Amino acid sequence: MDKNEIKAFIAKRVAKEFHDGDVVNLGIGLPTMVPSFLPPDVKVILEAENGMVGAGAKPEVPDKCVSDAGGQPSSIAPGGAFIDSATSFGIIRGGHVDATVLGALQVDEKGNLANWIIPGKMVPGMGGAMDLVVGAPNVIVAMEHTQKGAHKILEACTLPLTAQTCVTKIITEMGVMEVTDKGLVVTEINPEFTQEQMQEATGCKLTFAADIKNME
Amino acid sequence: MAKQVSMQEAAALVKDGMTVMVGGFLSVGGANELLHAIAETGVKNLTLICNDGGQPALEHGVHEMIHNGQFKEMYATHIGINPEVGQMMNEGTMKVTLVPQGSMAEKIRAGGYGLGGVLTPTGIGTPVGEEAGKKLVEVNGKKFLLEEPLHADIAIIYGTQVDKYGNIRYHGTTRNFNVVMASAADTVVVQADEIVDMIDPDDVVVQGILVDYIVDGGAK
Repeated sequence: MDKNEIKAFIAKRVAKEFHDGDVVNLGIGLPTMVPSFLPPDVKVILEAENGMVGAGAKPEVPDKCVSDAGGQPSSIAPGGAFIDSATSFGIIRGGHVDATVLGALQVDEKGNLANWIIPGKMVPGMGGAMDLVVGAPNVIVAMEHTQKGAHKILEACTLPLTAQTCVTKIITEMGVMEVTDKGLVVTEINPEFTQEQMQEATGCKLTFAADIKNME
Repeated sequence: MAKQVSMQEAAALVKDGMTVMVGGFLSVGGANELLHAIAETGVKNLTLICNDGGQPALEHGVHEMIHNGQFKEMYATHIGINPEVGQMMNEGTMKVTLVPQGSMAEKIRAGGYGLGGVLTPTGIGTPVGEEAGKKLVEVNGKKFLLEEPLHADIAIIYGTQVDKYGNIRYHGTTRNFNVVMASAADTVVVQADEIVDMIDPDDVVVQGILVDYIVDGGAK
């Protein structure tokens, strides 16, 4: 798979996590591809932290007053509402957003997440990420399994954290991992890889579930 | 009661050394024409409280003032869209304090609503939590960080419609930080897309009693 195929494969699998009516906040990049893979009978309500619940599709005619969290033109879906920043983060922190999907620089076996800063290099700021991962009951990390072969899934994050023990699930092109008290449990594996290859690409001990399934 | 002033009169309200709150999210719902007028005055040594460093792809916005070096210090949640902020931060020409977005909204709300701060779980165990000197407070067995209030000398905010009483109505995603900032500064200036006689009280989002000056942004 090339890079775009890998991203689409991951996004397609993330889409299976959602139920009709779930309220979801999607991070930038790969996570924004998820809605296009939802089955027709599943509609999610997208929360955009800059100011709406019920974000819609990219509009044909942009309205300079309606944007997504990246500052790009967006629209509002039927049933949606515009909100201010304090309300938006009240909704997020208060647990009213069911799930958030975001990328990671590093994630570890305790569910600690690092995705906002590489000291001395990349300083984009945390934006809404710290509030989102603390508030949402389901925090799904969707990312490539390694950074050009370097481990991103570790025993303990070495980069500054976004939040402690917040990640509930990790979905990569190699498989699906749940964060449990006993570390990471692989519930699905991409049949293109062996368990040994997946373990090799991971910086902490993986437990393969007895009823492990193929990732599709 | 809120007073309507010209763009130049409004821009002159910002004086050297002030702490300035600027509404908008990546310049969407920003008082961008007024910010341009403030940039032209050459006012300096300001402290900025703003979600981000603006959206440099747009002609006007807070990014112009950042580019001019008019801020000595900035509080923001995300600076990735305006790389100049990161450069100035690394070169030490502008001190940048990063704040989680939800905490930023609450710090400003606390500043405007007479609270001594807010308790949030956001940021615990991160470089902007205990390590940054913030107090950990335990309530019913759960840990929270104490985020202290933010207050400004002046707030530069946006309104889609503003009436002559200073009441503000918003369209789209433009409410963002404008709403909390209206409560948290000594002087509040709103740039209106449109000035009308009276907004239906059911539709008022920011109450006119919080607004001091109105500027016509010239959109309509």
